[in-house]
Amino acid sequence: MGKSTIIPFGPQHPVLPEPLHLDLVVEDETVIDCIPQIGFVHRGLEKLVETRDYNQFIYVAERICGICAMGHSLGYAETVESLMGVEVPKRGEYLRVIWHELSRIHSHLLWLGLAADAFGFESMFMHCWRLRERILDIFEKTTGGRVILSVVAVGGVVRDIDSAVLLEIENVLDGIKGDYEKIVKTLLSDTSIKNRTVGVGHISNEDAISLSMVGPFARASNVNYDVRMFGKGAYGDLSDFEPILDAQGDCYARIKVRCLEVIQSIDIIKELISKIPQGDIITKVKGSPADGAQAANVLEQPRGECYYYARGNGSKYLERMRMRTPTSQNLAGMTVALKGCDLADVNMIILTIDPCISCTER
Amino acid sequence: MGSFKLGGMTFGSLFKKPETLLYPFEKKEPYAGQKGHITNDVSSCILCGMCQKACPCNCIKVDKASRKWEINPFMCVQCSSCVRACPTKCLSMDGAYTPVSSAIYCNDMDVPEKDSDNNTE
Repeated sequence: MGKSTIIPFGPQHPVLPEPLHLDLVVEDETVIDCIPQIGFVHRGLEKLVETRDYNQFIYVAERICGICAMGHSLGYAETVESLMGVEVPKRGEYLRVIWHELSRIHSHLLWLGLAADAFGFESMFMHCWRLRERILDIFEKTTGGRVILSVVAVGGVVRDIDSAVLLEIENVLDGIKGDYEKIVKTLLSDTSIKNRTVGVGHISNEDAISLSMVGPFARASNVNYDVRMFGKGAYGDLSDFEPILDAQGDCYARIKVRCLEVIQSIDIIKELISKIPQGDIITKVKGSPADGAQAANVLEQPRGECYYYARGNGSKYLERMRMRTPTSQNLAGMTVALKGCDLADVNMIILTIDPCISCTER
Repeated sequence: MGSFKLGGMTFGSLFKKPETLLYPFEKKEPYAGQKGHITNDVSSCILCGMCQKACPCNCIKVDKASRKWEINPFMCVQCSSCVRACPTKCLSMDGAYTPVSSAIYCNDMDVPEKDSDNNTE
C-alpha cells in the first residue's frame, strides 16, 4: 500500500457536463474514499417562490434544469393542483405525459451520446444526438420551444396537439426506434465497452436500498421502484407498466437500464397516442391556496424520483416550495460506487450515475 | 467488433439527406406557433395592463398616461403568458427569434387613441 493522496476531480472536467467537485483519496491507483462538494451553480430558485405568484413560478421551476425542464414544471404544477384541489382534464394529463416521456427520451439520448463520447466512440455520439435532434424538433413543433417548453400551466396544459401531428410524432418515434435499437445492440454487445463497464462501480441491492437511491441508478441494482408504477395521471391508463430492472448493479447494468427505458418510453407514448381522449386541455383555476395548506408530490424524472412540497399562505404567493431532486439522493450512492475503483474508472462511474448538479443545487 | 455493426448506419447516412442545415446559408423556417418574439398589434391594444400583470419577468411596461406599450425582448422568456392574458388578442407570438444585438434595447410602441375610448368615457 502506498501513501494516500488527494486528487481533485472537477468542477471543470471534460467528462462532467455540470460542475461537481470530488476529492478523490487514492492509494496507488485505487480510490479509497471520495468527498463530493457541490455549490457552484446555486441560484436560489426556491426563494423566488416568494416573488412570483403560483402561475408565474412554473417558468422559474422549468429553468431549474435544462434537461428536466418539462418534469419540473409538471411536478410543480401537480403539487399546486393538489394544494388547491384542481382536477386536470384527461386530455391535458395525456399530453403532459407524452411531453414528459419525450423529455425522458431526449435526456437519455443526450446522456448516451455523452457516455459514448467518453468511451471514445465518436460515431455513436453523433448518432445519439442525431436522434435526439428529432425529439427536439417534435418539441419545437408542438410547444414552440426546444428545451424550455413553457407548456404546462396549473390546471392542465396551454397547447393542444392535433391528431395529424400526433400521427407524425408516432411516425418519427417509429423511425427513432429502428435506428435506436441498432445503436443499443452495438453498445451492449461491444467488447471494449463491456471491458470497461462490467463489474465496475458495483452497488449491491442492500446498499442501494439503505442509501435511498432512486431512478435508473437504483433500478440497475434491482430496486423495484419507479414512481410511474403508482399510475398517477395518464400513467394509470397504461395497459402494463413494469420498471426495467437489472440485478448486476455495475456500470454496464446502469447503461442497459437507461438504454431500455428509451424503448419503454417510446412504447408508452405510442400507447397514449392511441388512447388519447378528446376534450378540454385545461381547467380554469381561480383563487389562491388556503393559508397553511400543504401538498407533497412525487414524479419520476429521467434521473429518478423527484419530491415536491408546497405550502400556501392564503395569497397568490406560496409560503414555501421545496424539491428534493434525484441526484441529491444518488450522491451518497456515488461515493460508495467510487470506493475501491481504479482511478481510470472514475469518469465512467460518474457518467453512468448521470448526476444533474443544476437540479440538485437549484 | 461491435463498432462495425454501426457501420451500416453510418455508411447509409452518406446517401441520405443531411440532418443539419448549412447555417447561415440555409435558414430554417419557423414552425407555426414557434416562440420567437412578442408582437403587438397596437391598433387593437386598449392598454389594459393585463400583459404586464401576467409577465413573470416584468419585461412589459404599459403606460396608460403617455399611451406607450414597451417590451424588453432581452428580458422576455417567451412563455406566452401575455398572449394568453390579452383580452383583445392584440398580442401574438412571432416565430422569428430576436436578432442578436450588441446593446440591450426596448421596443416601445405608441398606441393610437380609439373612437371607442371616447365613447366609453
